[in-house]
Amino acid sequence: MSQKSSPENSVQDKTFLELVEELPPERESVIPALQKIQKSQGYLPEDALETIADYTDTPLANVTGIATFYSQFYLEPQGDHTIKVCQGTACHIKGADDILDELKRELDVKAGEVTSDGKFTLTNVRCLGACSLAPVIMVDEDVHGNLTTEKAIEVLEEYE
Amino acid sequence: MKVTSKEDLEDIKKRGLTSLQSDKTKVKVGLASCGKAAGGDKVFAKLEGTLEGQEGIAVEKTGCLGFCAREPLVEVEGPEGDSLVFEEVDEESAARIANSLKEGKTPEAKVLGRKGNGEKKYGDRKDLNSLDFYRSQKKLVLKNSGIIDPESLEEYAAKDGYFGLWKAMNKYSPGEVIEEVKSSGLRGRGGAGFPTGKKWEFARNAEGNPKYVICNADEGDPGAYMDRSILEGDPFSVLEGMAIGAYAIGANQGYIYVRAEYPVAVERLKKAIELAEDRGFLGEDIMGTGFDFELEIKQGAGAFVCGEETALIASIQSKRGMPSPRPPFPAQSGFRGQPTNINNVETWANVTTVFIRGAEWFSSIGTEDSKGTKVFSLTGDIDNTGLVEVPMGTTIEEIVYKIGGAERGSIKAIQTGGPSGGVIPKEKFDLPVDYESLQEAGSIMGSGGLIVMDEETCLVEVARFFLDFIQDESCGKCTPCRDGTKRMLEILERLTSGNSTEEDIKILEELSHYVKESSLCGLGQTAPNPVLSTLRYFRNEYEAHLEGNCPAGVCFE
Ligand SMILES: Cc1cc2nc3c(=O)[nH]c(=O)nc-3n(C[C@H](O)[C@H](O)[C@H](O)COP(=O)(O)O)c2cc1C
Ligand code: FES
Repeated sequence: MSQKSSPENSVQDKTFLELVEELPPERESVIPALQKIQKSQGYLPEDALETIADYTDTPLANVTGIATFYSQFYLEPQGDHTIKVCQGTACHIKGADDILDELKRELDVKAGEVTSDGKFTLTNVRCLGACSLAPVIMVDEDVHGNLTTEKAIEVLEEYE
Repeated sequence: MKVTSKEDLEDIKKRGLTSLQSDKTKVKVGLASCGKAAGGDKVFAKLEGTLEGQEGIAVEKTGCLGFCAREPLVEVEGPEGDSLVFEEVDEESAARIANSLKEGKTPEAKVLGRKGNGEKKYGDRKDLNSLDFYRSQKKLVLKNSGIIDPESLEEYAAKDGYFGLWKAMNKYSPGEVIEEVKSSGLRGRGGAGFPTGKKWEFARNAEGNPKYVICNADEGDPGAYMDRSILEGDPFSVLEGMAIGAYAIGANQGYIYVRAEYPVAVERLKKAIELAEDRGFLGEDIMGTGFDFELEIKQGAGAFVCGEETALIASIQSKRGMPSPRPPFPAQSGFRGQPTNINNVETWANVTTVFIRGAEWFSSIGTEDSKGTKVFSLTGDIDNTGLVEVPMGTTIEEIVYKIGGAERGSIKAIQTGGPSGGVIPKEKFDLPVDYESLQEAGSIMGSGGLIVMDEETCLVEVARFFLDFIQDESCGKCTPCRDGTKRMLEILERLTSGNSTEEDIKILEELSHYVKESSLCGLGQTAPNPVLSTLRYFRNEYEAHLEGNCPAGVCFE
């Protein structure tokens, strides 16, 4: 368990711990624990990585190494909604680059960044499994297909 | 109530049949990810809202009907099994459909075709199975998708679901199950085409207990979604296949490794596992036979290389998803160092069919060395994009022009096998799809991605696209893959931006052979395929780029 003494941290640690407590306290729980934290927090705060390291008895360096290996994990806070623009083969051929460029312009961010109002994170992904409706984007857990640059902007309005 | 006898199973089937052939009019909305992506959820909500409390009408969800280009698809099925499928339904036409049904009229909306016993009532409409898209398909793996409610074990049983497991466990010894799989001729659908029965035999004979079975649902090919649709449209068929495999191999624990991007598939699987446990098709003492088999879902975290079996095992154990050299093969030393058998989603679903229909029947479909069917996700520059299942040996010509409805003269090539595969030019479209033919042509069967490319696609740029993907996804463990593909990508970037030099093509070719021969795992070993196959068939396009000319008019903007 984490040895942090300041009350704020201990409250937070307890919440992180509560989030992972139902998993067996072992090395194999690292990824499921990271997934649980990210699902609830939207990203992986440093303290949470420490909590997981303690709980699963895994060196912090290894936990961090795992978190950085997989593209699904974020070490920085994310926007309220995450936009994933598919860059798979089918979408690539159907003009996914145009969609990405348009969203970058509209949101005034680069891929991987959060908008200044904190509303959206814009990222890339390799195939969302809706290739027949290419080009496709995913906002949070909703997939939107058959897009044009205009329609992609319209989709964002649903998440205002 | 748990199933412990054949009578119990028959009883579930009966209930499923009643539910499938109810005396209500059913309005079924295809709500796999593709239907949802096209706006199916809104259509469903509109239909449900408008028809709420309407006597004799039920609004239900189902899996993917395959014709994804025409999603959202809505089927209206009368009590006599007479049905009409509407295409490209939006909220407005959904409201019209609902209101007509309330008034007992035939809805006015865009029709794809009639189905089932629809001939009498809708004789003027085309039968779905007579449409070019469906006519030459043969559905074994997708037979339930879009027909049953994927969250109803009863409806699955109505289609003979779990009778395969029943037969395997009550009529055959584990050794006989393996013989049956061997004689079916089934080969792995995850890419390499290894004979499934043989693989099971290795795992069964391997020393060590416990043993494990794993379902590879990582579906890494960026441009393919067969496995997702199977999991979303017919999850029990995968669970049943895995239980049969576990019994044959002697494994009491299994895992399904699903990629991070498939939330709907994960939800359906969770539900299916729960229902199967309640009925005694999973868990302790399966169907009263004394055999235990627990199944757990593991979610991936976004890494293409984790589709490779040794990397996948590392990932399930919460490690970085790095491949390790084989041997030892997973059958000898896999999950937690124990004998482990990994198969792809579609392979497991096929196992179920082998036991429901028999190995002999199964092996009557397909070619000499490639048995059964293959599901392809047909996408790219064609009208009829979707999920198609054809007997092995069907020609590319048939798939692209007839099923896909591609315009003759406008198509340049297809790409199969994703980043590990290659292109096949239109001159070779008379080739049958089977493992060996595609390999000889410089591509691979792969897991089933089939992307049609027209004359406006630049194949040098496509090769660059795949190398860019590989560079992103290389785990960095071995030098040839990490650095070799980087050099290859740099050359391709020079070619597509007009900064190449005379030697570039030659160096690219040399590097390709080097990376192919010296990489540690399949990712690196197959990474040069997109380059080698485009060089083989479209060398002239590469040479044109040297001169600053892109024949497709894509590069040098
Ligand atoms: C880089 C790489 C990625 C792979 N990705 C997948 C995948 O996404 N899905 C899959 O089933 N097999 C994939 N495979 C193949 C697996 O390693 C393994 O052969 C397969 O799951 C075995 O199942 P099968 O015999 O039923 O085909 C991949 C292989 C490599 C080298
Ligand atoms: S390629 Fe974009 S969804 Fe598959």
